[in-house]
Amino acid sequence: MTTSTTPAGPAHATPATAALPVPGATAVAGDPGARRRGRPGLRRTRPDEADRGALSPADWRRPVVRRSMRLSHGVLLALLVLCGLGPLVLLAKFAVTPTQDILRTPLAVFPNGVAWDNLSAAWNDVQVSRYFLNTVVLAAGAWASQILVATTGGYLLSVLRPRYAKVVQAAVLATLFVPAVVLLVPLYLVILDPPLLGRSLMNSYWAVWLPAGASAFNVLLVQRFFDSLPREVFEAARVDGAGPFRLFRSIVLPMSRPILGVVSVFAVIASWKDFLWPLLVLRDPDIQPLSVRLPSLQATTDLGVLMAALAISTLIPVLLFLVFQRLFLRGAGLGGAVKG
Amino acid sequence: MALTHDARAARPRRTPVTWVRRGGLSTLVFAMPLLVVFGLFSWLPIGRAVVMSLQETNLVTTAWVGLDNFRTVLADPLLATAVGNTLWFAALALLLGYPVPLLAAVLMSEVRRAKGLYSALAYLPVVVPPVVAVLLWKFFFDARPEGVFNTMLGWVGVGPVPWLQDAGWAMPSLVLEATWAGAGGTIIIYLAALTSVPGELYDAAEVDGASVWRKVWHVTMPQLRGVLLITFILQIIGTAQVFLEPYLFTDGGPANATITVLLLVYRYAFGQSLGGDYGAATALSLMLAAVLAVLSVVYFRLTRSWSQA
Repeated sequence: MTTSTTPAGPAHATPATAALPVPGATAVAGDPGARRRGRPGLRRTRPDEADRGALSPADWRRPVVRRSMRLSHGVLLALLVLCGLGPLVLLAKFAVTPTQDILRTPLAVFPNGVAWDNLSAAWNDVQVSRYFLNTVVLAAGAWASQILVATTGGYLLSVLRPRYAKVVQAAVLATLFVPAVVLLVPLYLVILDPPLLGRSLMNSYWAVWLPAGASAFNVLLVQRFFDSLPREVFEAARVDGAGPFRLFRSIVLPMSRPILGVVSVFAVIASWKDFLWPLLVLRDPDIQPLSVRLPSLQATTDLGVLMAALAISTLIPVLLFLVFQRLFLRGAGLGGAVKG
Repeated sequence: MALTHDARAARPRRTPVTWVRRGGLSTLVFAMPLLVVFGLFSWLPIGRAVVMSLQETNLVTTAWVGLDNFRTVLADPLLATAVGNTLWFAALALLLGYPVPLLAAVLMSEVRRAKGLYSALAYLPVVVPPVVAVLLWKFFFDARPEGVFNTMLGWVGVGPVPWLQDAGWAMPSLVLEATWAGAGGTIIIYLAALTSVPGELYDAAEVDGASVWRKVWHVTMPQLRGVLLITFILQIIGTAQVFLEPYLFTDGGPANATITVLLLVYRYAFGQSLGGDYGAATALSLMLAAVLAVLSVVYFRLTRSWSQA
């Protein structure tokens, strides 16, 4: 999961390192072997024994096994299409169906024609375009803040290692054990009246961007990855006169693209999904993201137009998923797992 | 770092000047983003949570009230309902969300063609924004006979179900949507764990003449034990903090049948009628956190011992 190119390395991945989240997952990043195999040049799928499952080739030759597996795989695929794709197909259909048809015959296929104007009504009249833009701006800022904190923090803890690194690392690690619910109210009060700043951050995007950076999970993930980078390269760069900034920018960051990709994708998706926090700190409807606006639109908007708005909101995350599928599936579970 | 007069007498004395010359300043530049962001938005609020739970505040004046907030919360008749509902949600979510992904993953790991298609389909619901998923499902749960799910049930001759409008049906409906939204992530975790089961174990079992079922039961399952425990704990931690579904689907109704602990925290702090009782809200969230922290520690120890194995 550290790279989009690593073939699943069953040979030496234990269950926890293969997919798992929080501290365990970082072990993969810290596993130099896994990383080396992830280099683009060595990218290869290996159809050898490591790929075998519970069924042996001999099992597959038995007609009973083959037929029952084919059958169960067929049923499974049908169920996956029904449950995974079905609701989204319905959503896409509702987005261009007249409201009366959605209400009366939700499962009929366009009995009274297609209502393309749902989409334009949602985009223009309901101002989904504006909320869409807000969502993009929020995600971009949250991404920048997470990348900044995670890379500089990881660099500090892994490469620079000042004397206070141990204390900082312990303090970062400790926050992993604090469930998000504890932060809700006190963090809200910090935003209302932040120390040093002198002005409230309410109704400011900084109220969403800055707390997003405080992700212990990101910092530890990136730190473990930096730990696995070859020290000799750093030493060579230092001998050549590279200072800490040069080393960071020219050596460490370029070598860390895979892990930065994982952090980036999850940062954008998490920001796109976020609801409760922006609801609390962005009270002005004009600056709210889609996730916060949609529930309030629900009460006032024509059903067909609402469905179009929902479909538009789903488009970007689904496209991101289709494009970066490997990244998602390798690192899957990371996003949800850390929420706790 | 100022207290360095220990066993390092052999080294030259550390003064601010040597600290700067050794790059202490540029190191501090790299430390700033982490220290500022974590300091203000993680460490400070965590500390404040503990303090606030012992205070009564209306943002202007603040008074220490000892354990009063905890007493208020524990005396609230809604608390028992919320805890009961949260446990009910967790139990239903386990019943539905635990075996299904496991079965799907075990089957999927034997797929030989288009494996990627299976996992992509399974993971698709996970990337749908949760708010969109809830609003869409809210329409699916339309209680009229013309509702999406009721139409489908009608095809097989099952009468219209009241879904969200009935106190008994509301919670299972929420769990149904939550499971749909979350199962994909669990499946992917299991799949990764399954590919890491050493092939030699199956080879050995075959030499001993094990059947397909016995291989699944005696080789695959024991190898998955660790991951099964981890997903179990993760799911408990996740369901204990369920908020979005009860908030958007039913807002705790009907008749408080879906009010959860986190929804109660939200209402204490930000609700229309109760609102503004930040002390009670933090007190309740700390109690919930204490329970979850124990689970997190167990989880952390487990993943750690496995990643070092």
